[in-house]
Amino acid sequence: MVVESESTKDELVIDVQDLVTYYGTRKILDQVNLQVLAGEIMVIMGGSGSGKSTLLRHMLALNKPAAGAIRLFGKDPNKLSAPQLHAIRQRMGVSFQNGALFNSLNVEENVAFPLREHTRLDENTIRIMARMKLEVVNLAGFEKLMPSQLSGGMVKRAALARAIVMDPSLLFFDEPSAGLDPVVSADLDELILRLRDAMKVTIVVVTHELDSAFRIADRILVLDKGKVLILGTVDEVKSSDNKRVQNLLNRKSEDVIVNPDEYLQRLTDDLAGL
Amino acid sequence: MTYLIEEKNDYLVVYLEGEVDLSCSPEARRVILDCLQKQRHLLVDLSGVSYIDSSGVASLVEGYQVSRSKNLNFALVGVSDNALNVLKLARLDQVFPIYTSIETLLQGGS
Repeated sequence: MVVESESTKDELVIDVQDLVTYYGTRKILDQVNLQVLAGEIMVIMGGSGSGKSTLLRHMLALNKPAAGAIRLFGKDPNKLSAPQLHAIRQRMGVSFQNGALFNSLNVEENVAFPLREHTRLDENTIRIMARMKLEVVNLAGFEKLMPSQLSGGMVKRAALARAIVMDPSLLFFDEPSAGLDPVVSADLDELILRLRDAMKVTIVVVTHELDSAFRIADRILVLDKGKVLILGTVDEVKSSDNKRVQNLLNRKSEDVIVNPDEYLQRLTDDLAGL
Repeated sequence: MTYLIEEKNDYLVVYLEGEVDLSCSPEARRVILDCLQKQRHLLVDLSGVSYIDSSGVASLVEGYQVSRSKNLNFALVGVSDNALNVLKLARLDQVFPIYTSIETLLQGGS
């Protein structure tokens, strides 16, 4: 039996080993390996259909691998009892792409929701905690607003306040910058960095925003068609001579080769007089 | 978490020790509010605290507000760098009276 030392377990927060997963018969992740260290900001990038959202679902212990393994805080979530899995999930915070706020609850009630669900803290403590987190994300004074009254950037920040309200040691962001203007996006990046420094939290960010990725990442994983294209520091990714990595960095889509005859036919099909 | 209460001059001093997290912050809150209920000025010494989470900080916030409503003094001493980072994140370093030690407070220092 291998006995891990306490320090080793502390260092490695997420350990993905040879992960393979399918949707139906289609292979979505193919032999993915990834280790996320404590206090690190890991950014996962890739185009649509690259498998990054599926990888995120595995790291949230929402999916079971077809092959390979994943360990969170040194434990395989698929081998844990429901209470043990619940305990692990309490150490994790998630900020979803669309915010996933409850429309019928105001901002403060949304942020306080996990505390009311998972703790027996005094109501005063809960409300102070929720308001402290709203101060952290610069939403102080907006406690009573409903989600429908918030801008896109405010929804993201409210969702972030809710994700950190339990002081998680592992925080996931799904597309934090999507749909935000560059200034708001840069503010959010600053906030992510401040959180890591103050709370020593390990952060995994799924994004396709390059500027954001380069600002916040310690390391970047680029997925392509379910495989790891590159895993390295910002500089290593920037200086990669891999053509597909460079295409991603330069936002070039793959050249599409057309069949001229078929293409012309498709353009002119069913037209009058042809 | 463990705690100890001592009298020093006009103050009650609450020494908190260990981790102040979700499991024990209700006890920290009760201790702080009980002291204030006795109409005593209060110092909370955090020098023995290895970790304090948001629920622990919220208990301090509530204690400070109660002390103000009762015209009592309230201060934090022995705030570690880690605890100060947690306070700074929510800008609470600008709210709490914070002293390096009990002696500096009692001698009128900062």
